[in-house]
Amino acid sequence: MQRIGVFVCWCGSNIAATVDVKAVAEAAKGQPGVVFATDYQYMCSESGQTILKDAIKEYGLTGVVICSCSPRMHEATFRKAAESAGLNPYMVEIANIREQCSWIHKDMEVATEKAIILAKAAIAKVQLNKPLVAGESEVVKRALVIGGGIAGIQTALDIAEAGYKVDIVEKQPTIGGKMAQLDKTFPTLDCAACILTPKMVDVAAHENVTIYSYSEVVDVKGFVGNFTVQIKKKPRYINENLCTGCGACTEKCPMKKQPNEFNMGFDKRGAIYIPFAQAVPKLPVIDADACLMLKNGKCGLCSKICEAHAIDYTQKEEIIEERYGAIVVATGFNQIKPTQFEEYAYNTCPDVVTSLEYERLMNAAGPTKGHLQRPSDGQRPKTIVFIQCVGSRGDSCREKSYCSKICCMYTAKHAMLTKDHYPDTDIHVFYIDIRTPGKNFDEFYRRAVEQYGVDYIKGMVGKVYEENGKVMVQGSDLIDNKQITIAADMVVLASAVEPDPSARSLGTMLTASMDTNDFFTEAHAKLRPVESPTAGVFLSGMCQGPKDIPETVSQAGAAAVKVIGLLAKDKLKNNPCVAACNQSVCNGCSQCANVCPYGAITYVEKEIRTPEVREVRRVAEVNEAVCQGCGACTVTCPSSAMDLKGFTNRQIMAEVDAICR
Amino acid sequence: MNNEQLRDEIIRISGTNPSKCMKCGKCSGTCPAYEEMEYHPHQFVSMVQKGDIEPLLESKSIFKCLTCFACVERCPRSVEPGKLVEAVRLMLIRQKGANHFDAEDLPCLVDDDLPQQAVVSAFRKYSK
Repeated sequence: MQRIGVFVCWCGSNIAATVDVKAVAEAAKGQPGVVFATDYQYMCSESGQTILKDAIKEYGLTGVVICSCSPRMHEATFRKAAESAGLNPYMVEIANIREQCSWIHKDMEVATEKAIILAKAAIAKVQLNKPLVAGESEVVKRALVIGGGIAGIQTALDIAEAGYKVDIVEKQPTIGGKMAQLDKTFPTLDCAACILTPKMVDVAAHENVTIYSYSEVVDVKGFVGNFTVQIKKKPRYINENLCTGCGACTEKCPMKKQPNEFNMGFDKRGAIYIPFAQAVPKLPVIDADACLMLKNGKCGLCSKICEAHAIDYTQKEEIIEERYGAIVVATGFNQIKPTQFEEYAYNTCPDVVTSLEYERLMNAAGPTKGHLQRPSDGQRPKTIVFIQCVGSRGDSCREKSYCSKICCMYTAKHAMLTKDHYPDTDIHVFYIDIRTPGKNFDEFYRRAVEQYGVDYIKGMVGKVYEENGKVMVQGSDLIDNKQITIAADMVVLASAVEPDPSARSLGTMLTASMDTNDFFTEAHAKLRPVESPTAGVFLSGMCQGPKDIPETVSQAGAAAVKVIGLLAKDKLKNNPCVAACNQSVCNGCSQCANVCPYGAITYVEKEIRTPEVREVRRVAEVNEAVCQGCGACTVTCPSSAMDLKGFTNRQIMAEVDAICR
Repeated sequence: MNNEQLRDEIIRISGTNPSKCMKCGKCSGTCPAYEEMEYHPHQFVSMVQKGDIEPLLESKSIFKCLTCFACVERCPRSVEPGKLVEAVRLMLIRQKGANHFDAEDLPCLVDDDLPQQAVVSAFRKYSK
């Protein structure tokens, strides 16, 4: 019989306001094995932990139950405290009477009853707990950053600067991401290229950084400190070692009608192309869907013109396997194409553009060399209407539920930059709310209104249609309580941002959790904002939620620090709650090995001796360093040979029995 | 009925929730009968939310609404103002305890200039 101590936490009023904590402690006292029970205002505080430590010593406790918040919050805290008092940390169990009880109930009587039941279940479990000892595993001193936008670049640079090797995997032919497409950046209006391209060069030149451009992560195995990742290098059809990046090939290509993705399709590129002048690596890539030589073996002009003999039409995709200690997700975002919003006429009217498209039309390096021309006829637009919150903040299937966060600011930026270039332009902005919570942000927006005379209209646009060469915008002006129609030359839609579509499959590969919008979830919204709940996986930039450049860069640095903290360790303590096989009942069916996501189960021929049998049999063996304790094998095993330490079948059943008693 | 009861009744009939409104005004931005309506769609939502139903029951607005459902289609918050307008109209019609016309009455009222949609929506309004 264990000697169990039960500690009921008030969590200030979080628990105590809904659960009668004294009654829970009283009820616990009557349970088998319980030799001590008490309640305290904040168990996690210094003095709360002292109560725990003192009780362990005074009563010779062999097991502890803390009735408090979720184990995800403070299990580690209490285990550490118990360990310092000489108790095996895995003899501590948490009964979650906050998230799963006090926070979701209003009636004190009901909540107290439930809290007592949860406490009883935990007591029943701890009766069967066994001391567990954590093993150790080595840390591979190399980090992987997935995504080469500003988030990935900054994270990689910071990790590399600390002296660790880091690889960037970027699916596009160049790093730089969305920021490379931007004109100027709020709130200080420095040009994106001027601040980004030096960083691109720095990261590429850094001795600790390897860039896999035009590559994708296709498989991830392993666990924190020791991931094995397969990277697919797509064929560029260019020999990277020979190519000088002169660009002669791109000029001779006869297939010059391909929409240029970098300029949002406003101009054309060849089948062989360099995405933009400052691309890193500065290597061309052949678009296999457009290249005549690759499609039907006729042409080969680029190969003939290339003095370096760098064109290689026979290049095949390549799989690279590398081991990493930590993985940073920096997959970024896309701006949605508002094709489902027929009321804004994006599909039918060429002069209705998204803000990212407008960004290219304004950019000195863009398709119009920075001269603002409307797409339909190349005329300079005199009246421009900006529409905010297109596809954001809604609750129908067309819209995203969240605020895209960056649109208010970049629209103010667009308005001011346009007015700077062409002061006679009339600019109207339809908005629902203006959200500018950032340093110097509101001042920036007010400047658009007060100094530049941009007309901000509180209200939303209901309909956009073409009439006599104008784009008519009908919307409401809620302050004047009027419906108004503006004859515009151009309409710019601040359409919502969404996570890059590659994020979903990557999340599955990494077993990193995501929210319903496919943004990666952080381990704790406030206290662990750059870590995924999956150990060893970190988050940087927009993949975690909408954010602007300053925020992205700070988060990127924070993620790097977490990675450095991990890589600085030589060994990591493993989770001892791993699967174990009772080989005397294992029948060697392989079902556990098939469901194991970590490849932790192997089969061995082994002599089995029991009072009944003595034979050589094929049985399962668990590699404890690889097992992550997910428990998939234990529920799959048809003969109950697999069990999870710390969560054995007997322990779970004892909990269920205690609840039902 | 007091204001709260009136509001709850309108919410019950319409099946929509005016508290979801984020006051963007898209309904009024899209409404083709905007100028005809004494209370515009966004005001309608706000007044229902506050329980200010009496003036709506007395207003001609509820019969000026074309029931084109453009606001229902485009409302980003699924508040669906058109359904609220219809609910107020139904409340009034039910109070009067009579249908305004049957299918048989329709042919003599239809003239060639009348858009098909107007006939459909008129029937919607007056046949319940």
